[in-house]
Amino acid sequence: MQQFEFPDISRILTPILERHGGDASRLLQVLLEVQDVCHFIPSEAIDLIAAHFGVPRVNVEGVVGFYSFLSTHSVGEYRLLFSGNITDQMLGKDELMQYLCNKLWVEPGKVSEDGLVSIGSTSCTGMCDQGPAALINGWPLTKLDHNRLDLIAELIRSRKPVADWPAMLFEVVDNIHRGDVLLGQPFEPGAAIRATLARGAKETLVEVDKSNLRGRGGAGFKTASKWSFCHATIAEEEGGVICDIDGHPERFIVCNADEGEPGTFKDRVLLNSYADLVFEGMTVGARVVGASKGFLYLRGEYRYLLQQLEAVLKCRREAGLLGETILGQMDFSFDIEIHLGAGAYICGEESALIESLEGKRGRPRNRPPFPVTYGYKGRPTVVDNVETFACAAKIAEKGGAWFAAIGTAQSTGTKLISVSGDVARPGIYEYPFGVTVSQILDDCGAEGRPYAVQVSGPSGTTISWKEFERKIAFEDLPTAGALMVFRRKRDLFQVAQNFADFFAHESCGFCTPCRVGTELQKKIMSKIASGYGTASDLEELKRLGHILKTMSHCGLGSSAANPVLDILEKFPDMVESKLKAFAFKPAFDLDGALATARTITGRDDDWAHL
Amino acid sequence: MSKTITIDGLAVPFQEGQTIMDAALASGVYIPHLCHNPEFKPHGSCKLCTVNVNGRNVASCTMPAVEGQQVLSDIAELNADRLALTQMLFVEGNHLCPACEKTGNCQLQAVAYYLGMMSPHYNHFYPQREADASHPDVMLDRNRCIYCELCVRASREVDGKNVFGLSGRGIKTLLVVNSASGLLGDTDLAVTDKAAHVCPTGAILIKRHGYAVPIGQRVFDHITIKDVQTGGGDE
Repeated sequence: MQQFEFPDISRILTPILERHGGDASRLLQVLLEVQDVCHFIPSEAIDLIAAHFGVPRVNVEGVVGFYSFLSTHSVGEYRLLFSGNITDQMLGKDELMQYLCNKLWVEPGKVSEDGLVSIGSTSCTGMCDQGPAALINGWPLTKLDHNRLDLIAELIRSRKPVADWPAMLFEVVDNIHRGDVLLGQPFEPGAAIRATLARGAKETLVEVDKSNLRGRGGAGFKTASKWSFCHATIAEEEGGVICDIDGHPERFIVCNADEGEPGTFKDRVLLNSYADLVFEGMTVGARVVGASKGFLYLRGEYRYLLQQLEAVLKCRREAGLLGETILGQMDFSFDIEIHLGAGAYICGEESALIESLEGKRGRPRNRPPFPVTYGYKGRPTVVDNVETFACAAKIAEKGGAWFAAIGTAQSTGTKLISVSGDVARPGIYEYPFGVTVSQILDDCGAEGRPYAVQVSGPSGTTISWKEFERKIAFEDLPTAGALMVFRRKRDLFQVAQNFADFFAHESCGFCTPCRVGTELQKKIMSKIASGYGTASDLEELKRLGHILKTMSHCGLGSSAANPVLDILEKFPDMVESKLKAFAFKPAFDLDGALATARTITGRDDDWAHL
Repeated sequence: MSKTITIDGLAVPFQEGQTIMDAALASGVYIPHLCHNPEFKPHGSCKLCTVNVNGRNVASCTMPAVEGQQVLSDIAELNADRLALTQMLFVEGNHLCPACEKTGNCQLQAVAYYLGMMSPHYNHFYPQREADASHPDVMLDRNRCIYCELCVRASREVDGKNVFGLSGRGIKTLLVVNSASGLLGDTDLAVTDKAAHVCPTGAILIKRHGYAVPIGQRVFDHITIKDVQTGGGDE
């Protein structure tokens, strides 16, 4: 293809490949670096990388094709991706993107003719409290407005390296408005590990059990059960037990920091300012299940945190809290490696995350077996959310009873809520479980009378103003942590359409119902939005929703219809007002079909229309 | 001592390690499927074989059989959903049954017959997908690919070659081949490879064999896919 541009591809690749060694699970990490240097993955690079890792070329190509941030064609020296979440859209994302496109003479989604710049959209970048946001070559830009875009256009035109751009463009703040046991209390690094060692691993598992801690990623599986399943499983191969070099059975601890659910950004804050707490929770988990190796799977959008997270890990190694013989304990070695994602929401699903960790396409596995028995490289693996590990560290330090006393019976402890949308104070709020939605709305200064709230992102629940007394808890409204607020007059159909587009874009494509169903849903929503919808389309949406929910391979597909079904049920008037007629109407627009001809001929007079 | 599960009220024996699909096929019970082929490791992507086990929907080709499972399969609701999935497979690609060399021998078409599909129901996507005629003996037409990965599995597991793979994501998923040019002719695929013969649709065709068996005398012109796959049509 563009081979003439890269005659020295092996010179570029050699240092990258040497740095990563020969383990094919590093494949995605290598590809990210190649993308960085070349602005795409040249065909020759795929050959060389495949040869280096001893895997078929087709596997490497499959990985490149799967992840949004990798590309087989050039995406420009400067690649600007606007965050496409509904909250960014409400803050003017579409208009701002067009503004920048006009300034730089480039069409959205395309590369400028000189190959300098491309401008497009990406899924939520996790900056909803300081949007509209974007990524420039992977680095987050926040609080975009015309002034900032003028400056950015100038920086791009003068070809100034992104590393030399003014720091204020990249400023990401925590916006913590309410803290409780995680965010509001000091933590001494090492305190939880010391308590664990003093108490014993088994006894610590008893404390985690007593705390009734449930996973904070949304599904709410009991953490102690997951840990004890993993501990009980001994990986067998050819009749023998797989052990590491010290004779311990091989198990893994994985921290899921692929915070891709639109509207969620609590893990970003935990990793930015409470990384010690998170890593400590992983280390406690490692002691309990007997793991010697851990991974932090960091979403590509948060790569700006990578360097400082590595620095925290280094500090912890120096303090004897990670590495060999932790705190002098001869039989306790554990270290953490950070893997970067590359723009795939599905990798937040634990088995897809493990596939991605292994350097493959992020496709959810068939279950059973579950990761606790057959996870990373076939070994027992615990995958928990960032916040779950932070809670585990606190429990190890202060005991299970202390934690269980907070929150509700089924939902103990506190929950970090990422609040965005039509509110005066977007940001992070930590509450004991059981808090009502209306309490949160009061605290964050929801403007006027909020109309609807999206709880737990697109895959969660849309609630109307009639339901604001409902409680955030597994008993009522479970949440991974997002709360998007919509004031009266917001077009909720547009909200649901944004979410439908999101799911179609993020479906991994493995199973029929999700691959085709999300796309059909997107097309029908678009048909209604453009004024061609009829009552039969609503029936079709319900029927599709049923198939997505009951036939899909994983949680993405089974929740992809939630926002659409919720607005059909809770805001029927809003949807029906969009319909053109109740009888069937085709989506085909004869006049619209002439638009291309009008563009080509430069005509827009009456005779050019039907 | 054999264990049993119940499929639609019928007691079906199974051995440890078998999936629900394995047990069903061994007992002559047909569960519609496309990505499953007993010769290969189960995949679970087409979801046509979804059954209801103790109240939950699962893919029967990947779900291990467990003593006492109550399985519902041949029921109106599931068959309606299977029909919808089959229609989805038809509209996402470009299927030209009347003109396709595979007609009458095509499993996708046969499943559609079996489920009583009378129309595509959904609007066609009309995707632009490339056909590849570069190989001297084998034709690859991505228009008819349903991403069952049987060719991927066959090439990897039987031929030891890795000729095929998937790239892209979501509705943009794409069948790719193992060559820098992206052309089938530049891979080491041989016409004798298993991978060249497992395609359940007309996406991979052997050249110069067109209409060797006349239309009207082909497999599914005479017996249903149910009878073919459970051995019921031989009597």
